[in-house]
Amino acid sequence: MANQTHDDQREAVEEEVVRNNQEEVERAHKKGPGDDRKRTRRAARADMGGGRSGGSGKALVGLGLAAATAGAAYYFTTKKSGESRGNGKRQSNNSYQGPTISDAPDHVLRGRAKENSRNNQEGRALVGRTVTIDKPKQELYAVWRDFTGFPRFMDNVREITKVDDVRSQWTIEAPAGATVKVITRIVEDVPGETIAWVSEPDSQIETDGRVEFADAPPGRGTYVRLLIRYKPPAGTLGQMVAKLMQREPQVQARRDLRRFKQLMETGEIPVNASPSGRKSESPTEARV
Amino acid sequence: MRALTWHGRHDVRMETVPDPEIVNPRDAILKITSTAICGSDLHLYDGYIPTMRSGDILGHEFMGEVVETGAKSTLKKGQRVVVPFTISCGNCFFCQKTQFSCCDNANPAETSDASETLMGHPMGAAFGYAHLTGGYAGGQAEYVRVPFSDVGPIVIPDGLEDDKVLFLSDILPTGWMAAENAEIEEGDTVAVWGCGPVGLFAIQSAFAMGAYRVIAIDHYPSRLKLAKQMGADILDYREVEVLEALKEMTGGMGPDAVIDCVGMESHGMSIDNVVDTIKAHAYLATERPHALRQAIIACRKGGRVSIPGVYGGFADKFPLGQVMEKGLTVKTGQTHMQRYLRPLLEMIGEGKLDTTFLISHREPLERAAELYRHWHDEQDTYTKIVLKPEMAKPRTQAAQPAMATA
Repeated sequence: MANQTHDDQREAVEEEVVRNNQEEVERAHKKGPGDDRKRTRRAARADMGGGRSGGSGKALVGLGLAAATAGAAYYFTTKKSGESRGNGKRQSNNSYQGPTISDAPDHVLRGRAKENSRNNQEGRALVGRTVTIDKPKQELYAVWRDFTGFPRFMDNVREITKVDDVRSQWTIEAPAGATVKVITRIVEDVPGETIAWVSEPDSQIETDGRVEFADAPPGRGTYVRLLIRYKPPAGTLGQMVAKLMQREPQVQARRDLRRFKQLMETGEIPVNASPSGRKSESPTEARV
Repeated sequence: MRALTWHGRHDVRMETVPDPEIVNPRDAILKITSTAICGSDLHLYDGYIPTMRSGDILGHEFMGEVVETGAKSTLKKGQRVVVPFTISCGNCFFCQKTQFSCCDNANPAETSDASETLMGHPMGAAFGYAHLTGGYAGGQAEYVRVPFSDVGPIVIPDGLEDDKVLFLSDILPTGWMAAENAEIEEGDTVAVWGCGPVGLFAIQSAFAMGAYRVIAIDHYPSRLKLAKQMGADILDYREVEVLEALKEMTGGMGPDAVIDCVGMESHGMSIDNVVDTIKAHAYLATERPHALRQAIIACRKGGRVSIPGVYGGFADKFPLGQVMEKGLTVKTGQTHMQRYLRPLLEMIGEGKLDTTFLISHREPLERAAELYRHWHDEQDTYTKIVLKPEMAKPRTQAAQPAMATA
């Protein structure tokens, strides 16, 4: 809510997390074992780091961190106070009661369901994308865990240097030839499954994100899902400019994941670099 | 090197452009020995395919000699290879299922967006065919870069000359898959719309697969003659009521399978086609699917519809109710080339398939631009054009097509 202070909001958020957790557990108890597994797994996956208590208990790591670090908690679990996903008694003049029945990740929700989703945050855009890669998830995780390799398949990431075990400095190309520097800190790291990160307070962009690796149906490899939440540098206008320059995170996420898939499956990143009658182009550089 | 470049509707030129280079480990560079102009090149020539850029090198039917290889290419310098027009990685889900033209990796990330928006999923990649399909330079040139050269190209034994194997690059497998998609059974009558190169090869393939009878529909006399020569019964739609003819010739049943080898730029002066043409010129529609509409109406109940013809987007007045009510099966798609290369090469070697009967012109590459005009304007005489970069000076007179004199 626009008129709410950060503190109020944060407090509400923390209450919310606790309540949601209780609800989740209760719901899980009411349902059959199969449903329970699905539900808790989904809940753990869908939440960008502020994990729920679930069958596995792995997601608790995220929750612990969220409680420990106020900043991170703000990034992870913010939701509008007074509204809770799935509590069934949302105050609203709209009869729509979603998204309690949709088994879809938050980044594809729309309308009210999107506003009410766990990962929604005032002033931040959430983008996500899932691809199937025909490799085991451990192998994909291992490549992803080494952030310094990202520039190979992330088009707008010029360089990533390691600061320490959990922190890296990213040099990212921004619209109109500018670059921005972001320091990210890993806040969740489950080998073979999840890596989540947030930007440190002195970064030039406020962002957080996570990548998840889940087994695809048998014989089909791994579903890799990238979720990025960010505050567009110059608000909505900035987002539009970024879109025009094809530097918008949604586009970037789509292309970066595609290149990651190409690299992992074929050992190279296909480029259409070839001769043409256009004098300005080199036959060895990719062209759009 | 010299290459044929696209500059707009009905504007292609021979130009000097930089030579291709190895970019990725699995690449190879070929020196082109033979390349052909395809019917689907006419869709580019007519400006029907979006995302072309001025300066793009055309050509997706080519073969040549390996002159350079990347570290992970399995080809060797000096080998003669034919290259399938689709580019496939060989690793992805689709390639492993042998749905090679659906390859998920060959189309670069940057050029995948447009087709993902248009089609729901990114298209596979092809040579010399717009940026929707990757924007890779084509082979109507002296040299070409072949990505994933360990998957696509097929090595040709020394005894087989270029003209016999060149069409493995597209039209022969495409005609073959067209017939395969028609799921031909013993005793079947198959109707084929369009007697261009793909249609002619579809006729040949249909017979090879056991069709009892093939009925071919076109309006160019020399193309119909070639179809007749392949053993088909022929219908010139300008002098026959096609639907009635097909029904009468099949005892009232209609053909068991129909094959649309025409695609998005159907000819003819029927009302629906005239309307489609006007809409296409006003950018209100992308297709002129007259032949396909007719094929679906003609097909017998419970029959099969095979569509090798190229379509690019949304077709108006598609007879969906007819497909449903008659219980038709529709099969289509860009050809899964790598599936067919080896078996077809063997059949060529054994003399079971004739691949040269449709070549009407063998010309130097340097004349490519003017030949595009002929290919577009004189489809009766120009049934298939093969270009040879090595061929000496341009001839003053076009070679007489073999069939015209027959």
